[in-house]
Amino acid sequence: MKKIEAIIKPFKLEEVKDALSEIGIEGMTVTEVKGFGRQKGHTEIYRGSEYTVDFLPKIKLEIVLSDNAVEEAIRVISEAARTGKIGDGKIFVLPVENVLRIRTSETGEAAV
Amino acid sequence: MMKKTTSVIRLLAAVASLAMLGAVTSTLHADTNAPAAAPAAAATPAPTPVPFASASLSNQIAFLEAAHSNSDPTSTGIANESDPGHNAWMMVSAAFVLMMTLPGLALFYGGLVRSKNVLSIIAMCFGITALVSVIWWAVGYSLVFGTSFNTTIPVIGPFIGGNEYFFFKGVDSMPNTNYAFWVSQNVFSIFQLTFAIITPALIFGATAERLKFGALMAFVFGWMFLVYFPLAHMVWGSTGLMNGVWNASAKIPAIDFAGGTVVHMSSGWTALILCLILGKRVGHGKEPMPPHSLVLTFIGTALLWVGWYGFNAGSAVAADVVAANAFTTTTLATAVGAFTWPLVEWIFKGKPSVLGFCSGAVAGLVVITPACGFVDSTGAVIIGVVAGVVPYIFCTIIKNIFKYDDALDTFGVHGVGGTCGALLTGILVNPAVNSNLTADAVAGKNGLKAAIASHSLVVAQAEAAVITIALAVVMTTILAFLVKFTIGLRPSIEAEHQGLDILDHGEEGYNH
Repeated sequence: MKKIEAIIKPFKLEEVKDALSEIGIEGMTVTEVKGFGRQKGHTEIYRGSEYTVDFLPKIKLEIVLSDNAVEEAIRVISEAARTGKIGDGKIFVLPVENVLRIRTSETGEAAV
Repeated sequence: MMKKTTSVIRLLAAVASLAMLGAVTSTLHADTNAPAAAPAAAATPAPTPVPFASASLSNQIAFLEAAHSNSDPTSTGIANESDPGHNAWMMVSAAFVLMMTLPGLALFYGGLVRSKNVLSIIAMCFGITALVSVIWWAVGYSLVFGTSFNTTIPVIGPFIGGNEYFFFKGVDSMPNTNYAFWVSQNVFSIFQLTFAIITPALIFGATAERLKFGALMAFVFGWMFLVYFPLAHMVWGSTGLMNGVWNASAKIPAIDFAGGTVVHMSSGWTALILCLILGKRVGHGKEPMPPHSLVLTFIGTALLWVGWYGFNAGSAVAADVVAANAFTTTTLATAVGAFTWPLVEWIFKGKPSVLGFCSGAVAGLVVITPACGFVDSTGAVIIGVVAGVVPYIFCTIIKNIFKYDDALDTFGVHGVGGTCGALLTGILVNPAVNSNLTADAVAGKNGLKAAIASHSLVVAQAEAAVITIALAVVMTTILAFLVKFTIGLRPSIEAEHQGLDILDHGEEGYNH
């Protein structure tokens, strides 16, 4: 089992979600996050005060999948989230030791 | 905690002793002097006034015509009374000006601070409204609009009013003809109260996010007596030193229609001195301190603009031709200011901001305030342009050069804008819009008419501006140090980080 953590541009969330459901992935956790990488922030000016805002709003998408579904999911996310400009985000893949579905106490692949 | 309680007790004791003093002096006054101030027109001996119903038809018509044109009814021989039309406008105006503070200024300033301090702004506006109302009833109205000291202690007459209206004695629904022939004195006094409320509230934009509430209220209490009451009397009292329009023996025939000196210069220059003595906010210039809600600031600005019609057009103290002119010039100057400020931003910073629209509108309102009843529409447009440029320079360039923390630009907008307005009123004055400017009975005697004719009114305006600045600067310095060394001005650094809402009020603006 693997966990995919994808940091994407907020306005791409709907497209990514639709693309994932087309390949049969229907569960995900989404968080509004802030951060920065190579994309620069912007300047805000309030009368005489200028502030540089480094942390930009992004969306963090978390999905846990069985190993054989990971590759396609990564492809689908990266295609849907891509604009070609700096700031499109990153996808991280992490190993997952175990999963437990609380309602039924199923564990492992069956609970994914 | 102990210290805080002591300071509150001290404050209450001061109010109580003042109230007792007032009661004693007003009783003395009632025993020894004639009951009411002589009306403005008392110089021409008139027969004892008769009730309206028993007057002749021609006198009745003349009386109604005088109400219609907001002029002196004395010659009709009919007993003075208030007029429902003028009263209606003045009650609406008073409510409008109160709306400028609650919630107008509270939202305008509240949106500009960080969310941890939003309630401190609301508490400031509400606290001042409550405190000043009580002081105004007890002594304030009398000290500004009374005239008895001019008779009893003539040397102070031009600087402070009198004690005849202490505790609103005699302030009833009949007009006080020193100020308005047709408006009930109780309505007039409440209208003027709303000015006395918003003026100190303006100051604390400069000191936002770092002045303790107790210190703030103590400062306001002293400031009303040392700055506002004397200044408002000098400018608007009928025996005032600089009241060119109403005082025939004014030494300085200056004019200030709705409060360029009394309201904006006094609060703005006080704000500058107080924010210098107070020092910068913790982290100022190092950490970002962006406004927490420009939406609130926008709503506050819009309420200020609408409320300002009561402030400016209401300052005619009648629903007359002068009010109509003030209504028009106020609109034009504000719109032009709201156009100019963001335009300058667009040129020099690349984007016209919503805060720029708000700032330009407020600056336009400030600068037109002393002029609105004295200039024509062309003058108002010129004033709007100045309002969009000069305060902008102070808020963005001068403040950054001298690095004072005028947090919400009270000095930049009100101090600078008010000073511009006082001077521009002297330059752009047009006697065609206001017959008081050339009335022989007053303006003809104190030099105002002559100054306008010779285009030298700006000299008197500059004198009035200098007196205003001097009074505000000196008294604020004394008061600020007095408060600093007794109850202290600032919270601890840790408390300031946490925010004044929790420190001073034990609550938060937003729980989510």
